[in-house]
Amino acid sequence: MIATETDAYQDAYQRLNDARGDTFPVWLRELSERALNQFTTLGIPTTRDEDWRFTNIAPFAARTYKIAESAEIPASRIESLVNDAILDEQFHRLVFINGRYAAQWSYLHELPNGVIAESVAQSILTHPQSIESRVGQHFDCENSAFIALNTAFVEDGANIVVPDDMIVDRPFHLIFLSVTDEPAVSHPRNLISIGKNSRATLIESFRGLEGASYFTNAVTEVELHESAHFDHHKLQHEQLNALHLATTQVDQQAGSHFSSHYFSFGGDLSRNELNCMLNGERAQCTLNGLYMPVGDQHMDCRTRIDHARAHCKSFEIYKGILDGRSKGVFNGKIYVHQDAQKTDAKQSNQALLLSDDAIVDTKPQLEIYADDVRCTHGATVGELDEQAIYYLRSRGIPADQARTMLIFAFANDVVRGVEVLAVRQHLETILLAEHGLDNV
Amino acid sequence: MLEIKNLHAKSEDKDILRGINLQVNVGEVHAIMGPNGSGKSTLAHVLAGREDYEVTQGEILYNGQNLLEMNIEQRAAAGLFLAYQYPIEIPGVSNKYFLKAAMNAVRKQHGQPLIDTTSFLKLLKENMQLLGMDKSMMERSVNEGFSGGEKKRNEILQMAMLQPKLAVLDETDSGLDIDALRIVADGVNTLRGPDRAIIVVTHYQRLLDYIVPDQVHVLAEGRIVRSGDRTLALELEDKGYGFLETHSAAASAAAV
Ligand SMILES: Nc1ncnc2c1ncn2[C@@H]1O[C@H](COP(=O)(O)OP(=O)(O)O)[C@@H](O)[C@H]1O
Ligand SMILES: [Mg+2]
Repeated sequence: MIATETDAYQDAYQRLNDARGDTFPVWLRELSERALNQFTTLGIPTTRDEDWRFTNIAPFAARTYKIAESAEIPASRIESLVNDAILDEQFHRLVFINGRYAAQWSYLHELPNGVIAESVAQSILTHPQSIESRVGQHFDCENSAFIALNTAFVEDGANIVVPDDMIVDRPFHLIFLSVTDEPAVSHPRNLISIGKNSRATLIESFRGLEGASYFTNAVTEVELHESAHFDHHKLQHEQLNALHLATTQVDQQAGSHFSSHYFSFGGDLSRNELNCMLNGERAQCTLNGLYMPVGDQHMDCRTRIDHARAHCKSFEIYKGILDGRSKGVFNGKIYVHQDAQKTDAKQSNQALLLSDDAIVDTKPQLEIYADDVRCTHGATVGELDEQAIYYLRSRGIPADQARTMLIFAFANDVVRGVEVLAVRQHLETILLAEHGLDNV
Repeated sequence: MLEIKNLHAKSEDKDILRGINLQVNVGEVHAIMGPNGSGKSTLAHVLAGREDYEVTQGEILYNGQNLLEMNIEQRAAAGLFLAYQYPIEIPGVSNKYFLKAAMNAVRKQHGQPLIDTTSFLKLLKENMQLLGMDKSMMERSVNEGFSGGEKKRNEILQMAMLQPKLAVLDETDSGLDIDALRIVADGVNTLRGPDRAIIVVTHYQRLLDYIVPDQVHVLAEGRIVRSGDRTLALELEDKGYGFLETHSAAASAAAV
């Protein structure tokens, strides 16, 4: 690694640390200090790193991004960004601008007793012990420079806690807006805990001010206690000049169900890492993803599922639709630990290339150390079916709409898995209505 | 309604249609018969506008318009409909969505208002009942996993919904049992009328017992070698295509 690349972050860290008041908890200051050192040691990864072989992050991460100050952007522009992001007024809404909670744009409906939905900054200020055991608990910063970086700069994000035996019907919608006029970075850190037998739904949306250049480095930590059910959605709509890196880390106790629906549309370079630790028997996860790069966009999707206990199930479908000179990377690892007998794991990843210049690198990886397991995986890369286009056209559907319909058909395996109506409609609108076809 | 003059078409390097002449007037039903590989489906697809075929000579007039200058969807919007011999499967698009999109696409091209969901569903239900189709087929992906017979009925359903002016049915009868054949024939006969025309491509005279044609043409090696009334179909059934092969061999020998 090249020392100078991380120097800018050192300076920024000093400024941030000086600004942290006396009330800033000691344990968090220490954690953040350790993380900064780890980041410095690891450095910014290069393509010589096996995990970064297909994604060259160095030119982006070496750019100088300032820690975003509070924006001096007219409220009306922020309002229209918020309105664009809102999916349903019925959702609990937590808006973050440049990584910081923005109370005036947020709206929480009445919450069931005991449920916490607040900003991490608030938690740090008023009851830091509630998050003490939850920051960086389920993974170390040892191996990921960007998780380390996020941890060093930990400041704000969403803290959501659902106690045992509780169903929260309204989804929580976290809206992250980057609103800057100079290159800026934010490090949102979200902490989610769903109690025993409880259920909740969350949506993360990432957006930015048109034309803005910025770096989002987000980390979401999820713990699911016994038999908890949690549906997670992520709508990545960053601006075309943005660098978007994110890790979602899920720790699942026995009998818990996790489903993830990842949709990637924006960003110049984006990389989403999703790690699921099936840490109790009969835990189950479903990971669905759709990435649609166009132009020169680069989208990297990584998933890792650890089958650490027996009788767990995982289902995974990732689909890519690539146009222009875009590039997609899919890396899906399934790691079956020695004790994880009766594992049932299915993984499929498919890519549709709409142009001759688009490229996709896919790498499914199965590592199996138990003997009584069922693991399947398959990968395909293809193009639109010309016969089907002809068939649709011969029924009067114009060629471009016929293509849209087939693209939607390809994506629909992933889209129809979304149970939250407003999210599904949002996706159908992007995939269909914006191209002149009715939503389903 | 349709006038085909000296039509030649090829795919890659293979000449398939070699001088077709055919006139179909409005209100008429024509049958095209002929051995396998004689070019029946190619003719149907050239009418629909499939881009795999290149028309090298001749012209096609459709209601006075130059059909060959229209693209595939314009032809469909102008009322041309091809019931495929081998309908295409489209995983991920429901039959219902597809049908509504097709109807609205045609309406849009004519600047007509779009059909509302209620009227669409009502029409769909009626037509499916007439064709003896199960409701569940609407939610299923277009033709995916349909049996041969279900696919053929689905083609006729599309025809019934789109109400074309000129319908070309390419071996819609093959693979149908007698009951299904009757239902499909009823569907076609319902469409029959003074302002429409129908071309029935078939291998067997059987279908023509139900859809009685005004004229029968025999296609062999890319040319129409015989035309006549419905008794020609019976004659063919009697004598088989054997007598045609000698006939057409003689015809092509004569043409050299
Ligand atoms: N797309 C194509 N490419 C190459 N050959 C074709 C193509 N379509 C048809 N043919 C050939 O043209 C001839 C006529 O085919 P077709 O029109 O399907 O006949 P029919 O429908 O009368 O059985 C056959 O020899 C067939 O193999
Ligand atoms: Mg044929």
